[in-house]
Amino acid sequence: MSKSVGRSVTRVDAREKATGRARYTDDLCGREALVVKICHSTIAHGFVKSIDTALAEAVPGVVKVLTCFEAPDVPFPTAGHPWSTDPSHQDVADRLLLNRHVRYYGDEVAAVIAEDEVAAAQGVRALKVEYEELPFVLDVQEAMADGAPQLHEEYKNNILGHSDVRRGDYEAARREPGLIKVEGWYDTPTVQHCHIENHGCFAYEEAGRMVVVSSTQIPHIVRRVVGQALGMPWGKVRIIKPYIGGGFGNKQDALYEPLCAWCSAQVGGRLVKLECSREETFASNRVRHAIRTHIISYVRPDGTLAARKFESFSNQGAYASHGHGVNAKGMNAFPQLYPCPNVECDSWTVYTNRPAAGAMRGYGIPQAMFAGESHIDDICRAVGMTPLEFRRKNLMPVGYVDGFSKNELYHDTFNQCMDKGIEAIDYLRKYEAYKNQTGPIRRGVGLAVFWYNTAVWPISLESSSCRMVLNQDGSLQFQTGETEIGQGCDTAYSQMVADAVGIPFEHVHVVSTQDTDVTPFGTGAYASRQTYIGGFSIMQTALALRERILNIAHEQTRMPVSNLDLVDGQIVRKSDGRVLKSLGDLATESLYSLEHSQHITAETTAQIKSNAYSFGCSFAEVEVDIPMCKVKLLRMVNVHDCGRLINPALAEAQVHGGMSMAIGYGLSEELKFDEKTGKPLNGNLLDYKLSTFMDHPTLEAAFVENPEPTSPYGTKALGEPPACSGAPAIRNAVLNATGVAIDCCPITPHVFYRKFCEAGLIEE
Amino acid sequence: MEKHQIQYQTVHFNLNGKDVEKTVDVRASLTDMLRNDYHTLSVKKGCEVGECGACNVLIDGETFNSCIYLAVWAEGKRIRTLEGLMGPEGELSDIQQAFIDEAAIQCGFCTPGFIMSAVELLESGREYTDEELRKLLSGHLCRCTGYENILRAVKKTMYRRLGKEMPTA
Repeated sequence: MSKSVGRSVTRVDAREKATGRARYTDDLCGREALVVKICHSTIAHGFVKSIDTALAEAVPGVVKVLTCFEAPDVPFPTAGHPWSTDPSHQDVADRLLLNRHVRYYGDEVAAVIAEDEVAAAQGVRALKVEYEELPFVLDVQEAMADGAPQLHEEYKNNILGHSDVRRGDYEAARREPGLIKVEGWYDTPTVQHCHIENHGCFAYEEAGRMVVVSSTQIPHIVRRVVGQALGMPWGKVRIIKPYIGGGFGNKQDALYEPLCAWCSAQVGGRLVKLECSREETFASNRVRHAIRTHIISYVRPDGTLAARKFESFSNQGAYASHGHGVNAKGMNAFPQLYPCPNVECDSWTVYTNRPAAGAMRGYGIPQAMFAGESHIDDICRAVGMTPLEFRRKNLMPVGYVDGFSKNELYHDTFNQCMDKGIEAIDYLRKYEAYKNQTGPIRRGVGLAVFWYNTAVWPISLESSSCRMVLNQDGSLQFQTGETEIGQGCDTAYSQMVADAVGIPFEHVHVVSTQDTDVTPFGTGAYASRQTYIGGFSIMQTALALRERILNIAHEQTRMPVSNLDLVDGQIVRKSDGRVLKSLGDLATESLYSLEHSQHITAETTAQIKSNAYSFGCSFAEVEVDIPMCKVKLLRMVNVHDCGRLINPALAEAQVHGGMSMAIGYGLSEELKFDEKTGKPLNGNLLDYKLSTFMDHPTLEAAFVENPEPTSPYGTKALGEPPACSGAPAIRNAVLNATGVAIDCCPITPHVFYRKFCEAGLIEE
Repeated sequence: MEKHQIQYQTVHFNLNGKDVEKTVDVRASLTDMLRNDYHTLSVKKGCEVGECGACNVLIDGETFNSCIYLAVWAEGKRIRTLEGLMGPEGELSDIQQAFIDEAAIQCGFCTPGFIMSAVELLESGREYTDEELRKLLSGHLCRCTGYENILRAVKKTMYRRLGKEMPTA
């Protein structure tokens, strides 16, 4: 049936975006909108004692000043997770619209609504906020210590979540004679998503309901959160999501939609807009969790694993957002990736006085892979094996089944991916050649694999709905609740629809915008779920639509349904292959029939109770200038097995983007904080070192296509995986080049200086 | 509080081939004027301080971040935005088509600015090395593409315009 799936068709939105006609949130906002600006706290922890609003209210153009003293005391959750009807599985509700108890530098204290941006900004500056300051804590382990400043009363020692894994008997197993102990601590940084379109939204009342147009990945979830935050029935909230300028997980959270909606409600439902500045995006949206990981491995001289211990400490920042799920996902990858009979894992997620950490491309896996894959290369040096030998020997074997998710490794994915990468980068020869270099400039090659799983079942609900509406000309519109955020799902879905219904790709029209009033339910863009999950509802709805079409074809042609098929937009008699009529003729006749008029549509919900491993690897080649403490990335290759490729060109493009993010993670990106005040030091695109055009070598993406048996299209995760293994591959290449085992990322000149001094390669 | 006395000034300029004039707040940026007064919404706001390149336009043939260029400085200038590239019948320019063909577009938010910088490079008629192209385009940030396909799109168009075969590898 495949005519469209598997082809590199052009993105369905490419022309709109190449001409500047694609409309994003701010492009759609009426010019009469009032402007909301937020007053953010200028201390990291404390209480607002008072806010003098008199001067702000006197600013010409200021319409209203709203402070934490009048905001409703209704805590709400923000994470972009499906709601759970089981209270014990619901997200932590620790967020208020505006806060008297401020918990990070940048917390929301008040909002000024004005006729224009200038007046709103002047109003914010004119507010006099008096604080009672409290001690604050930025470090994750310090925050866990007794006596540390406490952020949320009900979470003792600031521990938001803890989970563990126990297999076999670690304590007994590590006493086996002859074992080699390898121990390491690995630190990953706070980074930000840096989608080029900042989050923004606008809200207004219409017919007694609140409408919010937002740059979000999760319109149906945001609808629920706005309802919860404002105490409104969810049916009175309508969320519209137009094109968005990237999300990467930051917009997988209710950001300022609840506050914007509340502001509108406070001015009689008038149109108000709230746009984040870039600086607010860094300080007051979400960030990636900085995670500190401690790993101990006891290894036999033959390179088998006897016992392993894993501890990860995740810096949650001030509010729960996605909370412990991120760290838990990383921890759960550990015993699966290199199975070992005796394992002890513990993960803690801890509140600190930093910006709230949430979802970000990879969801805990980039952190876990930096630690885990760095540690594997440390093991290799300790036991005298090559990184490749050790991985071939110890990686998850074919046929492995995870007891919890029931995920199975059906194919020899790791070896196939590594083989492809080895060949692409000439790894074996270079690894040997680079092993024992001397001199100031040295080269190295590094390898890292990654573990990832698709979608969120069985931790959360997986559900997707799809609607198809046939037009008189035999073309159709379809919509799902899953969102286009730049990754290309509108295109991949259109390809799936064309094949599953049996019509040409050109006859498929995707409704790109989600509007919770008309779009069927779906939870949105996250967990690299959409191609996999959406595939189920698309296939199921297409089958339902086909059944209706063929029944109507039977009515119109009197041929038995069993002898009818829909192929390439034509009703075909199977027995002789004759085209009986076009789908357009059928649809027109059906709609305008004076005997039996029918509008041919279908809509179904698919619940998905499966999940799929999606694995791959990165190879990096570097040149390290030891005296200058600099590294140049010469080459980078990513190899992925994401099942069958729906659109190879878009898949390749998506891998490039993830590799770029991994390069930034490995070498340059870190949001830094002033230890004395908790203030972000580099929350702008000049001082925060996002990779630029000049920081990349040619990015090379390759694929191994093993069809995923649980997916109707043989596909699985590709959104996040490309960001997961690049940083440790770079780190391991540096190890190959210099023999120096770096213990953190980003690997900046400061890190090199510290490590090269320790190693005696340079003098302090 | 006294309301600051707002000063207005009339600017005359050419926008995408058409002579126009507008009276603007002297504090307004060119981005503000183009978006709010002319609805040229391809001009995107990503940082508003000249860091990301999303608001990039051509002013007398040279690229500028319009967010840090005052509207009143447009006086007498010839300003081109992405809207000006499309022909009267909806024909796309070669560089727009190349962005489409090379899958150089994902979320699309950085795309207009990138294309306008590419136009400047292409109109120079020069042949640039990859290194030069990377440097000349490095004023734009993109989080989706890793810049890889953008480079391909610009390079292919450059060689096509020069009438030369694109070197492989």
